[in-house]
Amino acid sequence: MITLAHYIVLGAVLFCIAVAGIFINRKNVIVLLMAIELMLLAVNINFIAFSRFLGDVSGQVFVFFILTVAAAEAAIGLAILTLLFRNRRTINVAEFDDLRG
Amino acid sequence: MNIQLLAFYFFAFFAVLGALLVISLRNPVHAVLSLVMTFFSVACIWMLLDAEFLALALIVVYVGAVMVLFLFVVMMLDIKVAAAREGFIRYLPVGIGVALIMLAEMIALIGVRAMQVAPPPNPATMHGESNVAWIGQALYTHYLLPFEVAAVILTVGIVAAVALTLRQRTGVRHQSAAQQVAVVARDRVRLVSMPAERSDDGAKS
Repeated sequence: MITLAHYIVLGAVLFCIAVAGIFINRKNVIVLLMAIELMLLAVNINFIAFSRFLGDVSGQVFVFFILTVAAAEAAIGLAILTLLFRNRRTINVAEFDDLRG
Repeated sequence: MNIQLLAFYFFAFFAVLGALLVISLRNPVHAVLSLVMTFFSVACIWMLLDAEFLALALIVVYVGAVMVLFLFVVMMLDIKVAAAREGFIRYLPVGIGVALIMLAEMIALIGVRAMQVAPPPNPATMHGESNVAWIGQALYTHYLLPFEVAAVILTVGIVAAVALTLRQRTGVRHQSAAQQVAVVARDRVRLVSMPAERSDDGAKS
């Protein structure tokens, strides 16, 4: 029998792997974007598991919207990445310091 | 241990393995392919959760479109792997430590009560309809306005991506269709009227 805890623990494990990925790949923008996609996926697993176990359709509708927004975010993020690479010839995050933030 | 639980552990193992490979592989192309494996395994897990529509949407939208976009960009850019890997070993202990602490906290929050929650009967098929009908009923009634807003967001995303990457280069020869269509014959050919001339030795030469 697969219980609710199985799915939530899987979501937690994927989310923590993504957080570790953001920490250890601090120079590579592409891996950072992929880690963000992993985080969204982990959250989606939780949404669908709760939707199934509570019998409420709202969770699945929310996953639908998250997928939409994540697709738009990936498209714009990659467009910005190609723009940065065209101007700076690098994807190293540490060199993107024009704004001096 | 029944067949569903075995299938869950199988898919979960490959999902976690793929996620670990994504953050640790040296070659970005291999990392993207590992992410594809993770998404595919998670789609299979969503199938176990009776979310058929979203599982197929994840494969079509994510594996079919977003990951291919990632792959295109990764292959298009000339990435210097050595520079991008700089600091990997230095931040490794911090990353693993933070991740493990977060994981321990989350699992402590989940607690033991969730371990005993058995899945209720599938709410979609209880009334004899499918998962797609279940989502569609909610999406086109209660969530109609957010659905339209999502369409606007996607349109804005397309326009923004094109506007960001479009560039006009100077010094490049290109056709101007409007000018080509607007041309009339008298711009190109000049007819000159001149008196006819007679040449006596024209036949010889």
